[in-house]
Amino acid sequence: MANKKPNHAARLLRITASWVVALIIFFPILWMVLTSFKSELDAFSMPPHFLFTPTLENYREILARANYLHYAWNSIVTAGGATVLGMLLAVPAAYAFAYHPTRKTKDVLLWMLSTKMLPGVGVLVPIYLISRDLNMLDSKTALIIIFALINLPIMVWMIYTYFRDIPYDILEAARMDGAGTWQTMFRVLIPVSRGGLASTALLCLILSWNEAFWSLNLTTTSAAPLTALVASFSSPEGLFWAKLSAVSTLACAPILVLGWLSQRQLVRGLTFGAVK
Amino acid sequence: MNARVRKRPERLLAQPANIMLLLWMIVPLAMTLYFSTQYYNLLYPGKSAFVGLENFGYFFNYPSFWTSILNTIVLVGSVLVITVVGGIGISVLVDETFPGQGIVRMLLISPFFIMPTVSALVWKNLLMNPVSGFLAWVWKLFGATPVNWFADWPLLSVIVVVSWEWLPFAILIFVTALQSLDREQLEAARMDGARGLAIFRYLTLPHLARPIAVVVMVEAIFLLNVFAEIFVTTNGGPGDATTNIPYLVYTQALLEFDVGAASAGGLVAVVLANIMAVFLIRLIGKSLTER
Repeated sequence: MANKKPNHAARLLRITASWVVALIIFFPILWMVLTSFKSELDAFSMPPHFLFTPTLENYREILARANYLHYAWNSIVTAGGATVLGMLLAVPAAYAFAYHPTRKTKDVLLWMLSTKMLPGVGVLVPIYLISRDLNMLDSKTALIIIFALINLPIMVWMIYTYFRDIPYDILEAARMDGAGTWQTMFRVLIPVSRGGLASTALLCLILSWNEAFWSLNLTTTSAAPLTALVASFSSPEGLFWAKLSAVSTLACAPILVLGWLSQRQLVRGLTFGAVK
Repeated sequence: MNARVRKRPERLLAQPANIMLLLWMIVPLAMTLYFSTQYYNLLYPGKSAFVGLENFGYFFNYPSFWTSILNTIVLVGSVLVITVVGGIGISVLVDETFPGQGIVRMLLISPFFIMPTVSALVWKNLLMNPVSGFLAWVWKLFGATPVNWFADWPLLSVIVVVSWEWLPFAILIFVTALQSLDREQLEAARMDGARGLAIFRYLTLPHLARPIAVVVMVEAIFLLNVFAEIFVTTNGGPGDATTNIPYLVYTQALLEFDVGAASAGGLVAVVLANIMAVFLIRLIGKSLTER
């Protein structure tokens, strides 16, 4: 029975199912945000309170007592610093790979990719000891360098695929007009590919912001970012759910918004250009 | 100026990135290799000595080591199956346009952007707590006894949390990949009377072959390194029930200060990762030469 008209009941069922699945998957985030506006008593109540008097008490408390801004600043500096450093290294590299390839370029790109596969624990001990000896335990500088390096392969790959899509003629034209390498890069290439570069930077920012292996192992307080602040809420059982939720909401909100804005472009970076 | 001469300096632009990555990879890895042959405990700094393969022997005879390998494989394997199967199902479900599709997709990919420590703690407390968690309420609603998730099913609980984090990634990739599926071909198949299942089997699934492979490999890289989720929820326990290789190395290095043993464990993780890496490099390499 070939149904030519779209089956309305089936379509409605499909739409309903889509919404239900989406809401289930999103529910933990929604619940976290709701809990952040509850009193600690409401947060722990059973059965759960769906209607409650919202309070900003948790946020006030977090900002005043938990030193939230200190950790937020560390997150901004480390993730932002890593993004800047990563871009400074990745853009020239991608430029060289895309426009001046050698016979080895493909191997070098694959080798870069392979460094991504080196598990953090494989180098945890030496990195910890080196940081200790350089007096860089609990330092933002160490985190910036590490975050930049763990994301560098993804960034080079992503920018490389963007550059590859730009017709070489444009660069050649600039060259004809007498522009040098740097001029060509800054006046032509970067403006033309700014969308791709922006999403690359964004991906690095998101991944660095959420990175938790190195930030938990290499920091204690002075350089600890938000991932570590949240982790400090892990011990008490059920006592500080509302505050945990408030901290979590503050820590995740900016990245969630950035993620929503850039979902399409992130695919390219996360799959090393294999899916566009 | 001669074009050939001009080309050379530009190739040097790749060197800073190359050198930094080389340093990042080779130096620590060489040190790990070296430490793995040493007796070296940070509590007794003066006493380091060459012990050959003793650290590896210690690990291979250490029951938690085999448990941690098994846990790692179970964790990586189940999360891969859940996210790939679930991801395909959900992305096919939301593929046709409908009102609010954009919002549905936004909701679906959101968990991917939540930091791991938050995901783990929200699940452990707000949702999975046996007394006041939301799931306990749902269980009671159906007259069932609430599950004490992290105490009775620790590894399963970790798998649930990590799957929730990575399912959106699979959905994001598959949804994007499905958009490039040829609509005319789809229409033609429908005209010929192909039903949903046949379309899925002969059109959708083959089209998703490469995205599936990519998702499996990329997730494998990250899943081998799951650490924060375990660190903030179970501390590897109860006992060693949720200790994976990263967590075991962490306990050896930073809790017991046994640099030698931790390095040996780290190398095991590297070997495991390399086995997976070989496949990934091949896969991505193929897609690179195809163009």
